[in-house]
Amino acid sequence: MESSQFFAISSIAYILAMVAYIAYLVFKSSTVGIVATTITTTGFISQTIAFFIRGKEFYDIGQMGIMRAIPLTNLYESLIFFVWCLILGYLIIEWKYKNRSFGAFVTPIAGMALAFIDITGMSKAIQPLIPALQSNWLLAHVTLSFIAYATFALSFATAIMYLAVTSEGKKSGAYIFWTATLGIFLVVLIAMGLDFFVAGEHLDEHGHMVKSGLFRATFKNASGGVAALSYLAALGFMFIMWKYGYVFKKIIGSFSISGEMLDDLTYKCIAIGFPIFTLGGLIFGAIWADQAWGKYWSWDPKETWSLITWFVYAFYLHARFMRGWRGKRIAMVAAIGFVSTVFTYLGVNLLLSGLHAYGGV
Amino acid sequence: MVDKKENQNIIDRIWSLFSSVTLAVINFSAISLTSIVGTIIEQQAEPERNIKLLSKFFGDSAPTVYKMLDTLGFTDMFRSWWFITLLFIFAANLIICSIDRLPAIWKVAKEPIKPIPPDRFNSMPIKREIVLKMRLDNAKNIVEAGMKKIGFASNQHEENELQFYAEKGRYSRLGVYVTHFSIIIILIGAVAGIFLGFNGSLNLLEGTTSAVAYSFGTAKEIPLGFEIRCDDFDVSFYDNSDTPRAFRSKLAIIENGKEVLKKEIEVNTPLRYKGITFYQSSYNFSSNKDALFLFTMTPNNGKQEDIQFGFDEPFKISGTNVTGKVADFSPALGMDESGKLFTYANLMNNPAVFIEFSEGGKVVHKQWILKRYQETWKTPYGIAVFKDLWGVQATGLQVRKDPGVWIVYLGCLIMGIGLYAAFFMSHSRIWVRLVSDKNNTKVYFAASANKNKISLEQKIDKLIKSFGG
Repeated sequence: MESSQFFAISSIAYILAMVAYIAYLVFKSSTVGIVATTITTTGFISQTIAFFIRGKEFYDIGQMGIMRAIPLTNLYESLIFFVWCLILGYLIIEWKYKNRSFGAFVTPIAGMALAFIDITGMSKAIQPLIPALQSNWLLAHVTLSFIAYATFALSFATAIMYLAVTSEGKKSGAYIFWTATLGIFLVVLIAMGLDFFVAGEHLDEHGHMVKSGLFRATFKNASGGVAALSYLAALGFMFIMWKYGYVFKKIIGSFSISGEMLDDLTYKCIAIGFPIFTLGGLIFGAIWADQAWGKYWSWDPKETWSLITWFVYAFYLHARFMRGWRGKRIAMVAAIGFVSTVFTYLGVNLLLSGLHAYGGV
Repeated sequence: MVDKKENQNIIDRIWSLFSSVTLAVINFSAISLTSIVGTIIEQQAEPERNIKLLSKFFGDSAPTVYKMLDTLGFTDMFRSWWFITLLFIFAANLIICSIDRLPAIWKVAKEPIKPIPPDRFNSMPIKREIVLKMRLDNAKNIVEAGMKKIGFASNQHEENELQFYAEKGRYSRLGVYVTHFSIIIILIGAVAGIFLGFNGSLNLLEGTTSAVAYSFGTAKEIPLGFEIRCDDFDVSFYDNSDTPRAFRSKLAIIENGKEVLKKEIEVNTPLRYKGITFYQSSYNFSSNKDALFLFTMTPNNGKQEDIQFGFDEPFKISGTNVTGKVADFSPALGMDESGKLFTYANLMNNPAVFIEFSEGGKVVHKQWILKRYQETWKTPYGIAVFKDLWGVQATGLQVRKDPGVWIVYLGCLIMGIGLYAAFFMSHSRIWVRLVSDKNNTKVYFAASANKNKISLEQKIDKLIKSFGG
């Protein structure tokens, strides 16, 4: 079998797992919970196999040795690896804390990443390694960066859950913050789902056939009416989120997860992610840049955004330890940190130009 | 005369301003927000590019907005005076905060663990109590050995009753500190690089030599102190594609007229000599009349030989009366759908040479020979391997001298150590009281850890289990 088949199995498994975890949250049936975990684990194993097969395929094409056959050279491969790290991290948490309710918050992030791959129609082909990427630092820099991104994604999920559990009253800032953040997140997820099922193939600006375009079924629809309607629907959805957000609180509350535990989990994820990000993302990145580009720091958009993300998490740590911030305020900082992470990862590649151009769609 | 007291007040005020977390937060935010602008506006780019970008947001007033941003330095903001000032405030803030907090942290880190009075055992975050069915003498040995097993070499204290106490990772409390210190070292390295080094570029045509590089932006000549020569440049491609596989330059260093070093560089393997580093960064093609075609010719029934010739220079195929001559050349020969030949790139992607073979002044054969396609090398007169057109490609080198880079690396190393200590090590302390109770011994545990309390708790529980208590 080829790697793409295993990847397809894992993608389907993660999407099913997302549905199963949400069902588990709603119905609280332990059978559903076990099914969700089984599906996730199956997806994870399949993806692990796929990763190795792709490595082998890459090795055969490049003929440059094992260190030059790490399938982490473009946006597609990096998203897949991000999902892998995220699911691994999630399974560890589920196993350690014996609690499945996080799944409903983590698997949608994985589902979103996978949907994004298909919607944008990014190239899934194995591309031979361009000279700039032919370095042993590729493995260290990219894998550690994505492990850090995955821990930040987990901390985002737990921070939002924390806010959901602890915020009181619909007019409090924390309540508005978490319902709005989760609302935007779900709107994007649903819009991507619509892109996936509704929009047909079309030509992109370079004349390539792509399956669809991001938000082409909704916000960027050719028909202005549909686009306007989409914005209205999104606003309506956000309002419903705000109005009925407390239902989430009840559901999560019924799983005996305390706010304290979520706060601690958020911190733990960041405490693992931050040093890994500093070392793998910033320091190893700088050393590699020094070798390949002749400059360890050149204020390239990717570097600058990494630094901004680093600042946000440094702020999180200082606010927590120097100022004794706990609870809602600090959870919001953690959520903002992940927004910055997403921009560092995807926003820079998709919207800005720079030296990290090989990460584009 | 300034009043001494007032003078002190000002210094105190500046000091407290720079040691404040508020300033740090404002400065963090200022650096982050301006950086965001700096990543959206393309830095050091042609004005048109940014005006085009701005017109999406500001419409017709884009040129005015651009002019404003340009005046404020946003088009080259990471080198603007105000951004550098923000970075200096960041450094000053960090240094002063560190000096302010050092004594307290140092005291904690230097102070070794002491025995604690029995009544404090109850107020410790982790506490356990067991009874060992043995006399104190035996219990003492078992407890001490057990502590050693979980990595705590204990001290002993005897006053009224016996107490063991031990600690681990005390100096890890300095981890945060070391991390902050490392940022300062990195900044020092960066400043050293800016003032003592240079950043330039150099285009070297195959076969040419240069004693200078040209600085970025100003194009000022920078003497290297030696000479560098490019012997050859070569791009290799992945099979049948235009995806480059490797860029290679063969470079030679010449000092006092003598060749002292030869090295082939690639994108990730630069050449370093006397503190100056040469990186492979680009390449270009320029047609040149003095260029030479390099061939390996194996005539039918003849001996293989290397030959070279210029554009207007006929060459003889040994053992025959046939001469060859270049009639056309394309650096990137392509064929369109109708079978027409054309040049599809202005770099040497697919070098091809059209050769006319003549015998007795009459053209007897014409043929394209392509460097990348072996099947085109066969001619009626033998195998003609097209190796290179030498002297038309120039290697683009980035030339850098940065004596600060080692300070930066040292800072990175220290940062790694600091982060490890700060996040993955903890200062954990254990106290154990042993109280004789008839033939049994009561053992009281108390422990604390500044991080990862749960893991210490598990260790102690495991220890207790091993006692069978």
